[in-house]
Amino acid sequence: MTSIPAPIPTVTADAPRQSRPGRNYTLYVGLTLFALIVLAAIFAPLLTSADPLQQNLLQARLAPGSSGHLLGTDDLGRDVLSRILFGARIDLKVGVLAVLIPLVVGSMLGLLCGWWGRWFDTIVMRLVDIVVAFPFYVLVIALVFALGQGTRSIYIAISAVGWVAYCRIVRGQVLVAKEQEYALAARASGLPTWRILVRHLLPNVILQAIVYAMSDIVLSILAIVTLSYLGLGVAPPTPEWGSMIAEGQNSLLTQWYLATIPGLCVVVVGLALALIADGLVNQFNKR
Amino acid sequence: MPEPQQQPGHATPVLEAVDLHVEIPLPIGHLQAVRGVSLSVGAGESVGLVGESGCGKSITLRALLGLLPVPARVTGGALLLDGVDVLGMPERRRQRALTDAMSMVFQDSLTALNPVMRVGDQIAEVPRRRLGMSKSMAHARAIDLMDQVGIPDPEQRYRAYPHQLSGGMRQRVCIAIAMSTEPRVMLADEPTTALDVTIQAQVLAVIDKLRVERQLGLVLVSHDLAVVSQTCSRIYVMYAGRVVESGGSAPLLATPEHPYTDALLRSVPDPDAVVARLASIPGQPPTLVDVPRGCAFAPRCTYAADVCTAEASPPELEQVRAAEPHTTACLRHDDIDLSASAEDALALEKEAR
Repeated sequence: MTSIPAPIPTVTADAPRQSRPGRNYTLYVGLTLFALIVLAAIFAPLLTSADPLQQNLLQARLAPGSSGHLLGTDDLGRDVLSRILFGARIDLKVGVLAVLIPLVVGSMLGLLCGWWGRWFDTIVMRLVDIVVAFPFYVLVIALVFALGQGTRSIYIAISAVGWVAYCRIVRGQVLVAKEQEYALAARASGLPTWRILVRHLLPNVILQAIVYAMSDIVLSILAIVTLSYLGLGVAPPTPEWGSMIAEGQNSLLTQWYLATIPGLCVVVVGLALALIADGLVNQFNKR
Repeated sequence: MPEPQQQPGHATPVLEAVDLHVEIPLPIGHLQAVRGVSLSVGAGESVGLVGESGCGKSITLRALLGLLPVPARVTGGALLLDGVDVLGMPERRRQRALTDAMSMVFQDSLTALNPVMRVGDQIAEVPRRRLGMSKSMAHARAIDLMDQVGIPDPEQRYRAYPHQLSGGMRQRVCIAIAMSTEPRVMLADEPTTALDVTIQAQVLAVIDKLRVERQLGLVLVSHDLAVVSQTCSRIYVMYAGRVVESGGSAPLLATPEHPYTDALLRSVPDPDAVVARLASIPGQPPTLVDVPRGCAFAPRCTYAADVCTAEASPPELEQVRAAEPHTTACLRHDDIDLSASAEDALALEKEAR
C-alpha cells in the first residue's frame, strides 16, 4: 500500500455541486420591499413637493385622496405623505444604528465569553443577567430620561440594553462551535487565537445573531415609536412615525387614518425584515 | 515504569509519552481517563492504539497535542519530542512545539472542516499564516498538497466548500490540511470510521504513502482491528485508561498475551466461520472515577483469579517472549494458554449450534 489507487470514477465525476440559484423568493421579496422603503426615504424630497413641517390650518384634516395631498393632511394641515417619507429617514436610521451597535458589541463580547470562559465569562454574564432582570422599557426610558431627549440618547439607550441578546446568542453558539472538530483542527494546526476566532468561529456563529438582528430592527423602531409616543423620543415637529401615531390618536374616531397610516408603515418594515430573516435562514441552511 | 520499546531502525522516537496521566475533575470525583500510558513513535513508523469506546484512546491523542477538553488536564508523566520533555515548558512554547511537530486527522471530515470556508483556503491557511508564505505561494502549496493526497482536478476543487465534496474527498482535504504544517507525526483519530470500505482503503493508502515518502510518524487510533493490522507495525491495546498489551502487530494479533486482547479479537466477526452468535465480552468497562483494585479487566475476565486483584495498584507491563518486544499487563500470562482457549471457545460455539 505505497501507491494511491486511482480514485473510483464516481468520486472524480462529482464536480462541486452548486447551490440552486434564484429560488429564494422569501429573501428577494424581503430585500426588494426593504430596498423600496429605504429608497423612498432617501429620495423623499423628490417624491413629494410638500414640506413636512409646513402648516396650513385652512387645509387641515383633509381626507386621503384630496388634490395635492395623496394621504390627506393632519390636524395642523401638514401633508401626511411627506411626513411619512421624511419620518422614514429618522425611524430607519435610528432602527438600524440602534441594532448595528449592539450587534457588533454583543457579538464580540459573546465570542470572547464563549472562547475564554473563566472569569471574563462570569463577569460579562452576570452583567447580562442584571440587564435582563429589568423590563426593556424601564431601562430604556430611564436611560433616555437621564441622557436627555434626542436620537443620540435613543441609540445609546437601546444599545446599552440590546447587546445582551447578541452576547447570549453568540456565546451559546461559540460554546458549541469551539468543541467542533474544525475548531480543534484549527488549534491543532497552531493558528493564532485571533485568527481562529475571526476566520473560523465568527462566520459560523454570526448567522443566528444576524437573523435575530432583523427582527430586532423592528423592535427598535417600535421602541423609538413608543418613546416618541411617550414624548421621550424625537422632539416635535420633526416628522417621525411614533409621534404621528401619538398625535393621530386624538382624532382616532374622526380621522382614523392619521394614526393608522404610520402604524401600517411600521408593519410593512417589520414584514420586509422578517422576510429577509427567513430568507437568510433558508439561504444558509442549504449548505 | 515500563521501558518504551522501540523497533529496530527507529532509534530515537520522534514522540514519546512516558507514564502519562490525564484526570478530568467531575462533581462526583476525579475521573482518571488516562492512567499511566507510555508509548512512542519513530520517524516513518506507524503505531496503532486500539480498545473499546471510552478506554482513553482519543483522550490520550488529545493529550499528546495539548488539546484536552476544558476540565481535563495532564496530571503526571512526561511528553518527549526528540527526547526533550515539553510538559515543563511554558504554555505558549509548549503548544508551539507540539503543534509544530504534530498534526491531527479527525473521524468526521464534515465537522472537521470549517463549513463556510473554501477547502483550498483552509489548506492554504497554515502555509500562509504560520509559515509566512505569500498568497500565490500558499495557493500553489495547497494545490500541491491536494494533488499529493489524490484529489483529482485540485484547481477546481480548491474553490469548493466542504459540503460540495464526497466523504472520501473531504477526508483527503483533512489530510492535506494536517500535512500543511509539515508535521513529523500525524495523529489520526478513527480517520476511516465514517467512510465506506472502498474509500477507507484509498484513504489509508494515502496516509501510508505520506508516511513512507516523508518519514512521517503515525499514531492511528481505531477500534477497527482490521484497519490497524493493515496499517500499523506496532499496536498498543488500551483498556480502562492503561496500555494492557503492546507489541508488533502481526504477533500481537496472531497470539495475544492478554485476555482482553484475546477477547477483543474473538469479538470480530469472521465471515468464514459459521457461528450462531458472535462472541462478546460480558460486562462493561469500569467507570474510572472509582479506580478498580488491581487489574481493571479482572471482573470481566474468564481467567481472573485472586492474584489479579490482590494488589491495589494496577499490574505493570511485563516483557514476554525474549525475541520480540512484546509486553502484557496480565499477571497470569504464564499460567494461561490463550491459544488453547480460543479453540475451546470455538468448540463450545459449535456445540451451542
